[in-house]
Amino acid sequence: MDSHAATVEAGLHHRDPELHNQFDTLEQQKDTAHLGMWVFLITEIMFFGGLFGAYLVYRNLYYPAFVAGSNSISIFWGTLNTAVLICSSLTMAMAVHSAAIGARKLLVGFLSLTLLLGLIFLAVKGKEYYDKWTEHHVPGANFHFDDPERPGEAPVPADVASQTSIYFSLYFAMTGMHALHMIIGVGILLALIWKASRGSFPPHHYTMVENFGLYWHFVDIIWIFLFPLLYLISRTPAMH
Amino acid sequence: MSTATQVPAALEMPRDTYLNAGYGVKSWFLTKDHKRIAILYLVSITMFFLFGGLMAVLIRLELLTPAPDLFQSDTYNKLFTMHGITMVFFFLVPSIPATLGNFVLPMMIGARDLAFPKVNLASWYIFMIGACFTFSAYISGGVDTGWTFYTPLSTSYLNTHVVAAALGIMIAGFASIFTGLNFIVTTHRMRAPGMTWFRLPLFVWSMYAVSLVQVLATPVLAITLILVALERGFHIGIFNPQLGGDPVLFQHMFWFYSHPAVYIMILPGFGVISEVIPCFSRKRIFGYSAVAFSSVAIGVFGFLVWAHHMFAAGISTYSALVFSLLSFIIAIPSAIKVFNWTATMYKGSIHFNTPMLYALAFIGLFTIGGLTGLFLACLGIDMHVTATYFVVAHFHYVMVGGMLVAYLAGLHFWWPKMTGRMYPEPPAQLSALITFIGFNITFFPQFVLGYMGMPRRYHTYPPEFQVLNVLSTAGASVLAVGLLLPMFYLLWSLKYGEIAGNNPYRATGLEWQTESPPPMHNFHETPIVTQEAYDYESMNEEEVVIG
Amino acid sequence: MLPQYFPLFPESASTLSPRVDALFFFIFGVTIFFTVLVALLICVFAVKYRKDKHPVPVQIHGSIPLEIFWTLVPLGIAMVIFAWGAVLFFQEKHPPKSSMDIYGVGKQWMWKFQHPGGQREINNLHVPVGRPVRMTLISQDVIHDFFVPAFRAQMDVIPGRYTYTWFEATKPGVYHLFCNQYCGTKHSGMVGEVTAMSPDDYEAWLRGAGAFGSLATHGQNVFASMGCPTCHTGADNARGPNLYNIYGRMERMSDNRLVHVDESYIRESILNPSAKIVYGFQNIMPTFQGQLNEDEMIELIEYIKSLTYNGQLLQLQTNTQQEPPVNLDKIQKGVDVMQPGTNTTPMPRTSAVPVTQEAQEPSTAEPAPRQVVVPGKQKAPAKPSTTARPKGEQHP
Repeated sequence: MDSHAATVEAGLHHRDPELHNQFDTLEQQKDTAHLGMWVFLITEIMFFGGLFGAYLVYRNLYYPAFVAGSNSISIFWGTLNTAVLICSSLTMAMAVHSAAIGARKLLVGFLSLTLLLGLIFLAVKGKEYYDKWTEHHVPGANFHFDDPERPGEAPVPADVASQTSIYFSLYFAMTGMHALHMIIGVGILLALIWKASRGSFPPHHYTMVENFGLYWHFVDIIWIFLFPLLYLISRTPAMH
Repeated sequence: MSTATQVPAALEMPRDTYLNAGYGVKSWFLTKDHKRIAILYLVSITMFFLFGGLMAVLIRLELLTPAPDLFQSDTYNKLFTMHGITMVFFFLVPSIPATLGNFVLPMMIGARDLAFPKVNLASWYIFMIGACFTFSAYISGGVDTGWTFYTPLSTSYLNTHVVAAALGIMIAGFASIFTGLNFIVTTHRMRAPGMTWFRLPLFVWSMYAVSLVQVLATPVLAITLILVALERGFHIGIFNPQLGGDPVLFQHMFWFYSHPAVYIMILPGFGVISEVIPCFSRKRIFGYSAVAFSSVAIGVFGFLVWAHHMFAAGISTYSALVFSLLSFIIAIPSAIKVFNWTATMYKGSIHFNTPMLYALAFIGLFTIGGLTGLFLACLGIDMHVTATYFVVAHFHYVMVGGMLVAYLAGLHFWWPKMTGRMYPEPPAQLSALITFIGFNITFFPQFVLGYMGMPRRYHTYPPEFQVLNVLSTAGASVLAVGLLLPMFYLLWSLKYGEIAGNNPYRATGLEWQTESPPPMHNFHETPIVTQEAYDYESMNEEEVVIG
Repeated sequence: MLPQYFPLFPESASTLSPRVDALFFFIFGVTIFFTVLVALLICVFAVKYRKDKHPVPVQIHGSIPLEIFWTLVPLGIAMVIFAWGAVLFFQEKHPPKSSMDIYGVGKQWMWKFQHPGGQREINNLHVPVGRPVRMTLISQDVIHDFFVPAFRAQMDVIPGRYTYTWFEATKPGVYHLFCNQYCGTKHSGMVGEVTAMSPDDYEAWLRGAGAFGSLATHGQNVFASMGCPTCHTGADNARGPNLYNIYGRMERMSDNRLVHVDESYIRESILNPSAKIVYGFQNIMPTFQGQLNEDEMIELIEYIKSLTYNGQLLQLQTNTQQEPPVNLDKIQKGVDVMQPGTNTTPMPRTSAVPVTQEAQEPSTAEPAPRQVVVPGKQKAPAKPSTTARPKGEQHP
């Protein structure tokens, strides 16, 4: 590559302490880190892609069960969580911006805000899981799908009720994998906040913050797909 | 700007190499040097290969007679399962990329290391953790799902440690993802000045294609195995027909990874052969861009043919047609490669060093392996031979005859670069010959067995299949000799081998311009590339001048 | 039974075998041609251009025309094989209309087969020579695979759904039946034998196989004991669709889809009634998941298949459409052949219903009138015992 310095030796002697020895310039190092992150996110898309594929197949097979299952989860908490996550993406973007302009306190502040929103999301998710647990909607031995018995709606036939188990399996697998990503994100956020407060991200070297931002937005986008698929789409036909 | 100067006498080992940069345990297990990580991988996969090979030997011994002589059915099932899992996930998938690729790819593009050395080291640890999981399942009673983990057998009917084995494979999969990610980014961002895409050695092209497949396909395997584990642990019903799940969906998801994984296994082999044949023909490769693009085409089409493993699984007639058509189309890039390699030899000056012998064996065996794929891609025939020994023979021709032979070709080819010493030529040539002969005796009879209808994974079989099975077992013992020999003479050569010098084969390629073994950061000076790959013309002229 | 010598090629014993073998030999020829070509070129180059003889190589970059040539020629050959294979595949997938039905249930680690006349076999399958047999297959547990190499017939046997394969044996003999999908510990023990017999022998075998009533008769009992006639009365104002003459028809669903009524559809309608609602009906049917085993399901399906308005007409059609040996046709007419003397009325092969009353209930001397078993006729279904009778509100 043209960005390579002419000789290694020259580079090795006057190197920025942040520059790893396999790179010639900080520019190259930064580009490389970004590309790596994008490739990683592509693997993540494929990872969730498998689940989305399974979702598509079963939604086609058991549409009534998906409608019934989707009607049983709380649209209020889902919407709230969506809002929380979108806000956290905003604060994350602000954090990256703060790092770029070298505002350390702002950076720490926005990162902490992102952390807080992430935790709120997880708490709400936990509440939703708890509700499902008490309603016996967790697939497995104790699974039992009661007819929601809304006035004016036909009762859910028994075969459909048993098929909602598949819907809930996918619900828990998909939101569970997403929550796992959130938990990992929260862990990394803690580390970032600690490092940021020590001034580890000067304006010429905040790739880690940027890359984490990409990750956080990615997790956000996954939710943006999960929310309509699990909460909204199948709900409509039953809501006359 | 070649530095290859073959001075007959007074070859000395270079003073500072990656091997003597440190001797402590930490210097190896916490190294970030891609070359040392490659050695770590090399040692680990060799152990796994020996384990998988032992399983294969036991399988072949059991199949000597139609009756169950040595093992009970359960044990036999565990043997072929462990053979498959070990060989596929712990040998073939990481073999060339994680060892040879890790070692030479950065040097080939003139880089000091991979883009993410820590990720590279982490990938080895992840790989070993995965291996620990899977091997713990082996030790605590074995696994008998078959390497394909078909549901609902694996999820609801077996009492072995399926979850541990599956999670081990999933974890090892992440090692493969990280290696692929590292290679993609390295190839994009770390090339030396003047190293344009079309000056890249074809090995780099094939590694690039492999990496794309690894990065895109492996996550799907990961999520599939997670679902299998969940299904087993919590009976969630995704693959369980009694709860409304679809067992065939598992096959779709599994093969969505595992068919591309076949190309993860064979594409690196293509890369090695594309290096070896020009070098020992003293000639540039025939049709560089055709070979390069066929690698990428295989990588892309590899994603579109997975359901050809499922023609007999009740998929719809029309989707079977589409997958059959695409399977025929993906045969073409492989054919192109074979023709180009053959044409490369035309009017060359052919040297029969061991890597070249392996490469020639590769072309022969891969041609048979590839062409027998036509039978399986063909719907009408596949309905008869699918899941028989015909399939077993076919994929062993591709995986062992193709991939393993290519791996040995590459290992011998780069051995002097890795160790600084030459392997001894006569026993190496002998082992190549024995491997070739033993391989054919082992697996050719299995084509006949398969068409006759002998199902795979059979512990006992009808007596009329015995003669061919005995032949196959006899061949396996020859093959075992051929494969064990290198282990002895290669180890021997570490101490007593001739000192190789920088470029013992007078090969082109940046990896040959540095010392053998290379120094810590590969090059003392960043190389600047001014020529195309495989410029054997100037290399030969230089040789004439020196000679 | 099987050749004692050392065979290299499987026996060819079905109408499909020669067709599969022909294509096999064509691809084999292609394989040999290219393998020899490549091997020959390598050997010739290796000898001719070895370094001693040809020390100075000639540098060649490549050749676009050659690349195009060896891309298009293999592509052309591949397309020929594809097309040929696809045509053959269609033949393998589509049994002739005149096929007789045999049902197979796979379970760890045995095969159960049921003939429409009620004969049951385990790990053995008797079939007549010269008559296409359609196998309807399902598994009780894991995925198995029904594989008869001599017939070149293979199909996965999957839990929860029917798969089909067919063959027409061409010569009498005993052939291997393998399970060809790994299914657990005794996978290699899940083998059996297919005995192809001349039509006369087959007839004799059927007679001696000791069937207690045809599948349809058993199905009728299941139908009654599950309370099906409550809704499927056949009347115009019935709560469930009329099942008469339904098999093989295109049925309109409430979402205007047209669905072909086959074994899979009937099965789905029983287990997942909500999946497809017939046009003009309500989604009120309970699921029978967990209440029927695979054998009963097959009997029920065979019963529904036997519900035709005019058995006589069907018999005429069967006789004109297919030209099986005369005696063979007689065998299929039901249990009367197997229990000579009890009933001499000729029956179509799919409606052996009334005859087998005796088998269930030896006390009943005369065969039940045909109409009673038919939900379309609004009469109480004949049942072996009153205890199995559904609640009784089924008479409108």
